[in-house]
Amino acid sequence: MKRSKTMELGVGLFMLAGILGLVFLGLRVSGMSLAVPGETFRLEANFANIGSLKPRARVTMAGVTVGRVEAIELDTEWYDARVIMTLDGSLEGELPEDSTAAILTAGLLGEQYIGLSVGGAPDTLADGDTLRDTQSALVLEELIQQFVSSMAKE
Amino acid sequence: MIETIRRLGRRGCDITESLGRAGLFLAQSAVGVPSREGCMLWLRQVHFVGVMSLAIVLVSGLFIGMVLALQGYTILVDFGAEQALGQMVALSLLRELAPVVAALLFAGRAGSALTAEIGLMKATEQLTSMEMIGVDPLRRVVAPRLWAGFVSLPLLTIGFSVVGVWGGELVGVEWLGVFEGSYWGNMQASVSFLDDVGNGVIKSLVFALVVTWIAVFQGYDLIPTSEGISRATTRTVVYSSLAVLGLDFVLTALMFGELS
Repeated sequence: MKRSKTMELGVGLFMLAGILGLVFLGLRVSGMSLAVPGETFRLEANFANIGSLKPRARVTMAGVTVGRVEAIELDTEWYDARVIMTLDGSLEGELPEDSTAAILTAGLLGEQYIGLSVGGAPDTLADGDTLRDTQSALVLEELIQQFVSSMAKE
Repeated sequence: MIETIRRLGRRGCDITESLGRAGLFLAQSAVGVPSREGCMLWLRQVHFVGVMSLAIVLVSGLFIGMVLALQGYTILVDFGAEQALGQMVALSLLRELAPVVAALLFAGRAGSALTAEIGLMKATEQLTSMEMIGVDPLRRVVAPRLWAGFVSLPLLTIGFSVVGVWGGELVGVEWLGVFEGSYWGNMQASVSFLDDVGNGVIKSLVFALVVTWIAVFQGYDLIPTSEGISRATTRTVVYSSLAVLGLDFVLTALMFGELS
């Protein structure tokens, strides 16, 4: 019976190691946190062109990540892109109404993210509000086109 | 001419027939309430199939993670993007390499052993004797092995990924000097638990079912001679490797096809 006990122990350890491995993959590799996700609130922003912005992209403020892009859809009224972001709940009621959103690129070829900058208006943005002042993504082709046409003028 | 067509037809019938047998065989052995004794049998098989395969799977995972980091670094450094090394190592391990390589190793290490064991039981007429004394060999011999494989391979795959990511860190961070924070940070920013870890585990569940099914069925269905056993063992490894690689493409297309 001795051998059977060590075998049971071995199988138990094997299973335990598998579960611990899954926990490691969850916490360390995919970066989930055990803490309950804090309060968040939603903001919307319309961009003329989002470039290659993707859902789950970062939303930053002064370089600090404060939220993520939740969804991107086409606004059929204006035919531009409506980006829905969820931001840290501690910013609710803190951001001035004339804050601006810009789509920025990490590095020359890196992923795109949204950068928010604060305005100065006394009124603040609440859950579900829309950012009016936005700056579209930098599209390399357009930039080159501008460059070429300005070269041609000279 | 007619002889060729006749042979082709017979071959088709044979293949269809054995597919049908395999399906029935799976249905008959997988269902049924496990008894306490059945649990003990299952435990012994998990030990044989899972715990004993741990060493080869973990060592392979370590080396594959290390090679991924080394190869990835030399490519990424050309673009000045070596910070993305962690992301590359983790995603390629979780999505592709861990499920597939672990399944291939599992087919070689455990699948062939299962086929040979059951095949020898059949050749020495142990299975027939069991039937004679009223014990169902499907329940007693096949079902515990099937379930053991189904449980073990996903656990082995998880182990493979964990060790691989660690091996990647060993080479990338400790040796090649990628900043540790960007190795883990980029990884955490790009790996999604449900989409990447979850789909990898789903893949390994499918592979586990297919590989153990093929192994056990080949053992049960072989011609009970020494040549038959050797043929069936070869077939187990060949068929399961092909099935794993083929299914991997289908599953990848289903899971990540719309991600471009």
